[in-house]
Amino acid sequence: MFSLLDNHAKLVKVIAASEGIVGRKKLQKIIYIMKKLGLPFEEKYTFYFYGPYSEELSLRIEEITNLGFVSEVREKKSNYYQYRYQVTEQGEDFLKHSNTELPLEQSLLQEMKEQSSRFLELVSTMLYFDHLPKPEIEQKVQEVKKKSNYTPEDIKEAWAFINRLQK
Amino acid sequence: MAYKDEKLHEEKVFKDPVHRYVHVRDRVIWDLIGTKEFQRLRRIKQLGTSFLTFHGAEHSRFNHSLGVYEIVRRILINFEDRPNWNHEERLLCLCAALLHDLGHGPFSHSFEKVFKLDHEDFTRSIILGDTEVNQVLTNISIEFPQKVADVINKTYHDKLVVSLISSQIDADRMDYLQRDAYFTGVSYGHFDMERILRVMRPVEDQVVIKESGMHAVEDYIMSRYQMYWQVYFHPVTRSAEVILTKILHRVKQLYDEGYTFKVEPAPFVSFFEEQVSLEDYIKLDEAVVLYYFQMWAEEDDPILSDLAYRFINRRLFKYAEFNPNLQMNEWMELYQLFRDIDLDPDYYLVVDSSSDLPYDFYRPGEEEERLPIHLLMPNKELRELSRQSDIVEAISGKKRTDHKLYYPKDLIEKLPEDRPEKQQIKKILHKQES
Repeated sequence: MFSLLDNHAKLVKVIAASEGIVGRKKLQKIIYIMKKLGLPFEEKYTFYFYGPYSEELSLRIEEITNLGFVSEVREKKSNYYQYRYQVTEQGEDFLKHSNTELPLEQSLLQEMKEQSSRFLELVSTMLYFDHLPKPEIEQKVQEVKKKSNYTPEDIKEAWAFINRLQK
Repeated sequence: MAYKDEKLHEEKVFKDPVHRYVHVRDRVIWDLIGTKEFQRLRRIKQLGTSFLTFHGAEHSRFNHSLGVYEIVRRILINFEDRPNWNHEERLLCLCAALLHDLGHGPFSHSFEKVFKLDHEDFTRSIILGDTEVNQVLTNISIEFPQKVADVINKTYHDKLVVSLISSQIDADRMDYLQRDAYFTGVSYGHFDMERILRVMRPVEDQVVIKESGMHAVEDYIMSRYQMYWQVYFHPVTRSAEVILTKILHRVKQLYDEGYTFKVEPAPFVSFFEEQVSLEDYIKLDEAVVLYYFQMWAEEDDPILSDLAYRFINRRLFKYAEFNPNLQMNEWMELYQLFRDIDLDPDYYLVVDSSSDLPYDFYRPGEEEERLPIHLLMPNKELRELSRQSDIVEAISGKKRTDHKLYYPKDLIEKLPEDRPEKQQIKKILHKQES
């Protein structure tokens, strides 16, 4: 049967499998990285000030929240707010009706979830330029993200992370 | 004289209904406008299927691209001699503004979804590939095409340059809001652009707005909000978009199954096979697409001919409000009922969500998702717009999602009255409508 709200279901599945995600930016980058790893996400990403970003995904998150499939809690941090996403009972019921397939690897998802959004931003920016040779990727990252002050160690760590993901 | 500095003997002007005149003095801009890849934009409508709702909305991406160029040209006149502005970037900004939509194809949104394409990739390919546009840009320098592509792709090192073409208050949006309002004839979408241009200031890595111009920016944000609901997300336009998407799905499926078309769909073959060359892509414009829709309306396949006939003759699907959470079981029942009456629900029962046609609402940049609009306060501090403006704050938090169910009401009505499926379908859909 043709699945209802297929792309929404994939998102709810990711949030369910990760037992909740804290941070819009983190969610944006996790989906982007998974998309780059070949998972069938259809949200279109373009490069913005802070790295790859999808307006389509932002709106879809609003939709699954407004439909009650996912709860969104705004939490105050020292000088900004962040959002915690968790699947609700209705969301679990929605997934039971959905026959959307998404081959999620639990350990990979957990590993991404444990990283900071700043680090995931670096990883996703490096993946955005993956059509370039490695030295050019690093140069491009320094060019477009000079304000983020990523150190050579950060970049080395990001490469190691990417290699682990791509295994 | 270097090509980059060459000026036309006399300024050329294009009459424009939105900006009155578009002024061209740089040789390179004039040459770019004359390339076949830029001229192709005349044959691609700016608003895709909106002309079926607003009959005036026939304007093209050519009009819009000239408009964005003109706005950037005016901004740069204002930026001359201001701190933080590098005059050397002038021509780069103008070229990027003019060419920013170069890779758009006919009815891009549906084509991109069905054939897994990205118009931004094609913009880059046209600028960097073996094209007339590339020849013109290369006359400036070997590196220049790559710089233009980087600005459009938002990966250029100078963020100030990028933000003129692409940010939450940029030349692109300022042109399309006004142009789309003008051609659709709606009363929304108007704001005091002259005022905004006067209060724009270049800072280190972005364009900011002098605090005294806040009310003009409020109007701009309000017009974005209203245009979305009144024009861009109009349910009738969405219905046409749903049918268009289904035509493309159907024709691809038939091709994959080896169906013999009465007229061979040669311009589409590389799209069906997902191996679109730049040459094929550039050749496909709306004239070609609409010609094939006429041909497909005569095909033997009943689904393809019906959908193509609907699009050409504006026999659109009707819609009902739909809540996928509360009405999940009803949707499943409808799906089966459509099968029972031999209407393929994969083509004739469509849930369309706001995220299927995303629009960039103003987002205040929480958690650094996107750079917000900043006001330059009298003490030189930068403050995010929604923290200063109650109006913008109110709109930023507004619910903006919506789901609708599209279906061919006419085909349901044509069923004999005594068919129990007809009564049941009407009962469910009527409940949704009310």
